[in-house]
Amino acid sequence: MREGIDLLRDMLLVRHFEERCARLYQESRIRGFLHLYVGEEAVAAGVLGELEPDDNLVATYREHGHALLKGVDPGAVMAEMFGRQEGCSGGRGGSMHLFDAAHRLFGGNAIVGGGLPLAVGLALADRLTRTPRVTACFFGEGAVAEGEFHECMNLAALWELPVLFCCENNLYAMGTALERSEADTDLSVRAATYGMAAWSVDGMDVEAVQHATRRALAMVRAGQPCFLELRTYRFRAHSMYDPELYRDKAEVARWKERDPIAAFRGRLEAAGVLSPEEAERLDREAAARVDDAVAFAEAGTLEPLETLTRHVYADRGTR
Amino acid sequence: MKLTGREAMRQAMRRAMAADDRVFLMGEDVGRYGGCFGVSKGMLEEFGAERVRDTPLSESAFVGAGIGAAMAGLRPIVEIMTCNFSLLALDQILNNAATLRHMSDGQFGVPLVIRMTTGGGRQLAAQHSHSLEGWYAHIPGIKVLTPGTVEDFAGMLQPALDDPDPVLIFEHGALYNAEAELADSAPAVDITSAALRRTGTDITLITYGGSLPLCLDAADQLAADGISAEVVDLRVLRPLDDTTVIASVSRTHRAVVVDEGWRSVGIAAEVSARIMEQAFWELDGPVARVCTAEVPLPYPKHLEEAALPSVGRVLDAARELVGHG
Repeated sequence: MREGIDLLRDMLLVRHFEERCARLYQESRIRGFLHLYVGEEAVAAGVLGELEPDDNLVATYREHGHALLKGVDPGAVMAEMFGRQEGCSGGRGGSMHLFDAAHRLFGGNAIVGGGLPLAVGLALADRLTRTPRVTACFFGEGAVAEGEFHECMNLAALWELPVLFCCENNLYAMGTALERSEADTDLSVRAATYGMAAWSVDGMDVEAVQHATRRALAMVRAGQPCFLELRTYRFRAHSMYDPELYRDKAEVARWKERDPIAAFRGRLEAAGVLSPEEAERLDREAAARVDDAVAFAEAGTLEPLETLTRHVYADRGTR
Repeated sequence: MKLTGREAMRQAMRRAMAADDRVFLMGEDVGRYGGCFGVSKGMLEEFGAERVRDTPLSESAFVGAGIGAAMAGLRPIVEIMTCNFSLLALDQILNNAATLRHMSDGQFGVPLVIRMTTGGGRQLAAQHSHSLEGWYAHIPGIKVLTPGTVEDFAGMLQPALDDPDPVLIFEHGALYNAEAELADSAPAVDITSAALRRTGTDITLITYGGSLPLCLDAADQLAADGISAEVVDLRVLRPLDDTTVIASVSRTHRAVVVDEGWRSVGIAAEVSARIMEQAFWELDGPVARVCTAEVPLPYPKHLEEAALPSVGRVLDAARELVGHG
């Protein structure tokens, strides 16, 4: 369980990491698709701070923050962006496919909705083996349009599986606004029709996310799936290729006034929990951690061509 | 003990579940109904609803759930009614099951078995009859088994469950009622190799699954004509056992590939290409293919029969090749 200053520290780490990734992309140090989480940090910080180390995490292709806050080493995440074998997926996955067995991160998944069946299966395994563990499954509001979402909501409710469904509603599925793709845009009402507790949360307020997660996890740990719609906004483009023709700058500016990090820092300072000097120090520490991560990634090595086809199948003799 | 293909697979599942708590079965109507084709009949009563799980008609969700449960250490058997329906789960099979080990640099494996019915011949028309195992054999990261004998129905499941990677078993619907005498303790079979089902010297018939009985019949009739045909049962479509195929063709110098998939871009094309690459100078004539006509399978019996490989078409192809050889 993370409290005040820890939550701010978590969000700052993600913010600095993502802003650095954007610069590294512009310098062509990172390639492929890169989806940044800037603006949405309160969601990952509020939810993941409530998970136990042994809980499962299934994430999307916008999952750097989730990996970092599940405890994956920032250097290993950055090395993955660099395609180095010291990366958390050996450099083979890149930004969209972060894995870490030690931290029970079962992947970023680059198929919208594709991680939900995995989460159901992980929870089913825990149910069958009587393991008291929760699976947190993140996905965007775009996934609500996929058949897999509906299949999985039904199956998790039918089989009473311990899944926390975390719908990060940032209003746009790439460039398609929610009201342009859904006949009914009230996602928690729709989720509730599957027979599970579901409600909407201000995803720009880390404490609101934390409180909602606590309430939801109590239900999930008691054996019922739960659905949270986390209303948030991405400040940056969908990916580095996106010219943002589908939303106007005034809208982005309005949401930036609700920056979850600035808002929470202001709240801590007003409450006297944090001085401006301490806040600046936390900011510098986060930047320094990212500096270290970049240095680690830069020192990383490229996988030799000889092992290109390794792990397509298990090595003989392993089980 | 005389068993049908259906009973052989059921026996293999029952033995696996009795021996290993991690093994469970899920799919549409596998429990109360007893399986769409009766394969799991009685298993619900024997193992209970937790381990013989009826699922909603949600192929993507329950196949994906099998993948997740396998990643977590269980050994699920997922049954899909027909391979046509498996297309509703293709995202999970291709984008998750086949990729996760490589993409995670070996951190996660998917020790999952997916069983499904394949093939035509039962007048089930164009959405229940196709042979898509060749499609799946295109995908690195999964293994594709095609039992063609009751012995393989009995013996392929356990090694598939023991395999650390996802294994798809395509069960030809016509073989569920095939009967054979099996030893009570039928041993697990090798799931890495093709099998020589009949030896011969003049020509090799290369086939698998539901087309194996056709080829054995054809070989009998060819023998009456004085043509000695060897029959290779591929058994495993991925990874393909080139060695057995090339060794046989190098002895007989002629090959007919018989495959119930469509002819274009199918498994027969792949086998033919490998023979060309590895045994070109051994050949006395071009490799022939007998495949399904390039149509969605029709309902009327005479049209379906005309579309599918038959003993007559295998004989024609073999005689022409030997005549020209």
